[in-house]
Amino acid sequence: MLRFVLYRLGVVIPTFLGVTIFAFSLIRLIPGDPIELMVGERGIEPARHAELRAQYGFDKPLVQQYAIYLGGVLEGDLGRSIVTKQPVLDEFLAVFPATVELALSAILFALVFGLPAGVLAASRRGTAADHAVMGVAITGYSMPVFWWGLLMILLFSVTLDWTPVSGRIDVLYFIEPVTGFMLIDTLLAGDRAAFVSALRHLILPAIVLGTIPLAVIARMTRSSMLEVLGEDYIRTARAKGLSRFRVIWLHALRNALIPVVTVIGLQVGLLLSGTILTETIFSWPGLGKWLVESINRRDYPVLQGGVLLVACLIIFVNLSVDLLYGLINPRIRRAQ
Amino acid sequence: MKRISLTAIVLAATVATVPAHAAKTLVFCSEGSPEGFNPSLYSSGTTFDASARNVYSRLVEFERGSTKIVPGLAESWTVSEDGLVYTFKLRKGVKFHTTSYFTPSRDFNADDVLYSFNRQWKKDHPYHKVSGGNYQYFASMGMPKLLKSIEKVDAMTVRFTLTKPEAPFIANMAMPFASIMSKEYADKMAAAKTMDKVDLLPVGTGPFQYVAYRKDAVIRYKAHPDYYEGKAKIDNLVFAITKDASVRWAKLKAGECHVMPYPNPADIEAMRKHPDINLLQQEGLNVGYLAYNVKKKPFGNVKVRQALTMAINRDAIIKAVFRGAGKVAKNPIPPTIWSYNEATKAYPYDPAAAKKLLAEAGYPKGFSTDIWAMPVQRPYNPNARRMAEMIQADWAAIGVKAKIVTYEWGEYLKRSIKNSEHTTILLGWTGDNGDPDNFLHVLLGCDGAKKGGINLARWCYKPFDDLIVQAKRTPNVAKRTALYKKAQILFKQQAPWATIAHSIVFKPVRKNVVDFRIDPFGGHVFYGVDLK
Repeated sequence: MLRFVLYRLGVVIPTFLGVTIFAFSLIRLIPGDPIELMVGERGIEPARHAELRAQYGFDKPLVQQYAIYLGGVLEGDLGRSIVTKQPVLDEFLAVFPATVELALSAILFALVFGLPAGVLAASRRGTAADHAVMGVAITGYSMPVFWWGLLMILLFSVTLDWTPVSGRIDVLYFIEPVTGFMLIDTLLAGDRAAFVSALRHLILPAIVLGTIPLAVIARMTRSSMLEVLGEDYIRTARAKGLSRFRVIWLHALRNALIPVVTVIGLQVGLLLSGTILTETIFSWPGLGKWLVESINRRDYPVLQGGVLLVACLIIFVNLSVDLLYGLINPRIRRAQ
Repeated sequence: MKRISLTAIVLAATVATVPAHAAKTLVFCSEGSPEGFNPSLYSSGTTFDASARNVYSRLVEFERGSTKIVPGLAESWTVSEDGLVYTFKLRKGVKFHTTSYFTPSRDFNADDVLYSFNRQWKKDHPYHKVSGGNYQYFASMGMPKLLKSIEKVDAMTVRFTLTKPEAPFIANMAMPFASIMSKEYADKMAAAKTMDKVDLLPVGTGPFQYVAYRKDAVIRYKAHPDYYEGKAKIDNLVFAITKDASVRWAKLKAGECHVMPYPNPADIEAMRKHPDINLLQQEGLNVGYLAYNVKKKPFGNVKVRQALTMAINRDAIIKAVFRGAGKVAKNPIPPTIWSYNEATKAYPYDPAAAKKLLAEAGYPKGFSTDIWAMPVQRPYNPNARRMAEMIQADWAAIGVKAKIVTYEWGEYLKRSIKNSEHTTILLGWTGDNGDPDNFLHVLLGCDGAKKGGINLARWCYKPFDDLIVQAKRTPNVAKRTALYKKAQILFKQQAPWATIAHSIVFKPVRKNVVDFRIDPFGGHVFYGVDLK
């Protein structure tokens, strides 16, 4: 197990280097100069333009710029945003908890509904229940997020007035961020009403963001369960006279979970980086919105730093998933 | 957790609406996050709304809802005979905001004025380089070359001396970049070695004071109790940052905000009919145009320019591209600006006459050219690509084959403004200070016609330039008006642009909002607004 962990960590270093080069060069490949974008149709005097480029270090050769950037990263300095002049790491830490809170809620929603739905469909293969679950799953999977989100807002927020339209909490509350997780911070502040408000704000975005993972998890659980249910030991268990409930939920599900966990791991990675649309619709002040804005403004330090941090996270999540396999299935642990 | 009021919290916990009683809180669903809170460092309207227009005041101000200049922190001012010296008498007893991070010990005075301008102007000022030190508007309004000196005559009198007579100078003093900041606060932050705080935690003399900001989520303000014109009618002002226009509209309908900017054109009809919404509208202070690069063949020929202009069906463009939210432009300045010449005649849409004119110019079979179309939505042009396609079809009818060219926005600006690669180009302008000079001299004067300048027609026509330069040097508004009216006639004859449209700005507000006025500069000013 230790060797396995060390091996995995060893692979991580070249991946990091690759990500820094990738993030650094990709944003520079996009045409457009941050200073020209800042001034827009107003234009700027060439002398002033050159002066500003020098100030931000854009006049140096790319290789030198990269070396300076990498040197900063190794010292833990990701630079400052060209636009807001704030340290990239500070900005990241301000928006990241919002995304994690949303992503975790979405995954929780997907798991709570997706797993039982998949098990149900598998155990009643070919019945109306199976078709219904799979039909809903495929619809959920194909739904364009933007449309789905607006539809939910129109129904639940505008027509029924059950949930707020957007934001993380009602504008009347002002919660000092401690952890950055609104649900936790409202509890720490000891304000129950604020907690309820934060929870109500979380419902729709979590459902919208969790819809696709829910569909994926339900489908994966179903096919994986079907495979396991055909195994000899399941027949043995049934022959032993175990109840249908015990066979399915204790014997079959545990083994069927392995591919499902992989999928969940991948989904968490996707959710962390792929919340852009959901965050835009629900005005959720998270990572996705922050990064998209930095692309639009050609805010090189923010984009480089942001991509690097997200990449680290995804690597970390994947690593955790690998380790989790070992916990679920001892044979994998030994094989390593 | 700061409690706003018990009623508010109980209400918020039960229904997601904003209570209008108890403390009056107005919620504005703003379109984005400000870049910072010092308006002299930035150029976006979003940043100006969050800082200059509600938190700061200036020596002179634009009257709310108009482009008229009225006294602000300066009670009065005088201009010398030669138009070079402006002397401002400052208002007494004006208080800066008392906030959790700064308590002022003195009232506003001349030192604050000197600090606010010298920071932007003097490269050796201790604050000059703080927060990047890029004073965009100070530079683009030509202030560094225009200013000769700024002197404190006494504690309540400031004298600006210019290097040349410049009548629009007074309008510049009402612009966001000319906001007055506290020198005492700056000194305190310098002593604490936290100079960049002055640009993040604002202290001004404006009607609202900063309380808190969460990036991409919310900005909170409260009314400045000692504002020199009296405390605002609302107690709290909240910017709920909501980037998507459909979501802003949903929030407005649900009562989660009172005012929203930039509605989707497709939602306008529904807004007009909604029982809880008032839809305000006004012509924008802007112009969208197609500039002919006269330095490139065959656009140096005035007949070609006139013919191409006459071939464009602008009414169809207003319908298809602006969906009614626009008005055909005949002059290069919008009708809301003084000196707009009502007497000029718009070029008629007349393909037959255009074809004839083109033949006279030596192109009976037409020619091939490009139309540059912006990749982004701007207030003066909601869909440049579509507009270019319509012009392309109109020109094809008179034998001119046009290829549509487009680049990413930054690249587009670079290739046109900096490199002059364009032939005909769609672009536009939103006024900065409500002065005709800001359109006519900036966009059509000889100064901007060289590479790097923003006169994209690269049109330098001496009779026209003489008029606008003379108008710039004349402080008398009546005389200036006459000069600008003449200049518009010359512009019309020479047709360096096909003027396309002025947009119409829509602003949906909830019915309980009292006396919100559309700002001609595209901003959102909440002083004077009340809630029923």
